[in-house]
Amino acid sequence: MTVATIDAVPAHLARGRGGGGPAPKRVVVAYGFWIFILSDFVLFSGLFAAYAVLSGNTAGGPTGAELFNLRNVFIETMCLLFSSYACGLGALSAERRQPLRFLIFAALTFVLGAAFLIIEATEFTGMVEKGAGPWRSGFLSSFFTLVGTHGVHVTGGLIWLIYLVAQVIVKGLRPAVLRRLLCWSLFWHALDIVWVGVFTLVYLMGDFR
Amino acid sequence: MIDGHDRMFDDRTPGVEHEESTANVLSYTAGLGLAILLTIASFVVSQTNLLWPPGIPVGLIVLAFAQIGVHLVFFLHLGSGADNTNNILALAFGLLIVFLVITGSIWIIANLNANMMPMSVNMPR
Repeated sequence: MTVATIDAVPAHLARGRGGGGPAPKRVVVAYGFWIFILSDFVLFSGLFAAYAVLSGNTAGGPTGAELFNLRNVFIETMCLLFSSYACGLGALSAERRQPLRFLIFAALTFVLGAAFLIIEATEFTGMVEKGAGPWRSGFLSSFFTLVGTHGVHVTGGLIWLIYLVAQVIVKGLRPAVLRRLLCWSLFWHALDIVWVGVFTLVYLMGDFR
Repeated sequence: MIDGHDRMFDDRTPGVEHEESTANVLSYTAGLGLAILLTIASFVVSQTNLLWPPGIPVGLIVLAFAQIGVHLVFFLHLGSGADNTNNILALAFGLLIVFLVITGSIWIIANLNANMMPMSVNMPR
């Protein structure tokens, strides 16, 4: 009897809340990864809160307005944005089983992400050379922790991308590989969302103050 | 009964991909255009007196939230994917925690700063 009732809901209407049986694996995997991304946002919220609280404590050292170069920040923002766009188009090509197009977009995503990291690394080393390293003041400690954690995430994303491209080349665009690509693209878009918070709170408001 | 049971597993095995993502090139391009506009607006607002100066931080926060919304809808497809209720409920809970952590920290520390004894020059730091 129960079987008949469950059976009455067509499979494509399955929503993971009982009716129609379990949701497709793709939906379940994406949901699980979404939960991870939200927990990552919570991690960043702690760092954002620390920065918001400490940003005025310069201990007589340099302030944000003296250190930040907004032209570079704008270029960094565009790099990440276009990288996110290329990642979206790459995911789309992968879903449509177009491996060559996927590889081109993945390469574009990687180059733009790497350009972002190079600009950020140059900024960090320039600040350290000026004596404005993370040890200088509470403001700079929280700045390097927040922006650096985002940079570490971007680095991790790039390494993950290399690993996934290798999987696409060796295994092809089979469903399991597509699901991993889906998770990776969620991660990459989420990093862009965190960066919106970073450039608004840290760079634009810091410069404005 | 056995027949129904068999059919159930046959039809619903997880991992069989039926749906295609509703995302397309157009939605990504629209998202990119909106995000670029909002980014430029943020930089312009922070560098000019286009907004009433004391209102600039609020303006920047509003622009940031707008851009995060654009990212969620056009890049993460939070409005169009399968099984959206669960995703949006999880997001709402995540936002609640993020809000509590950030505003709670700022509030508590601002309160402590306001109630701190004034520091004299001779006091060891």
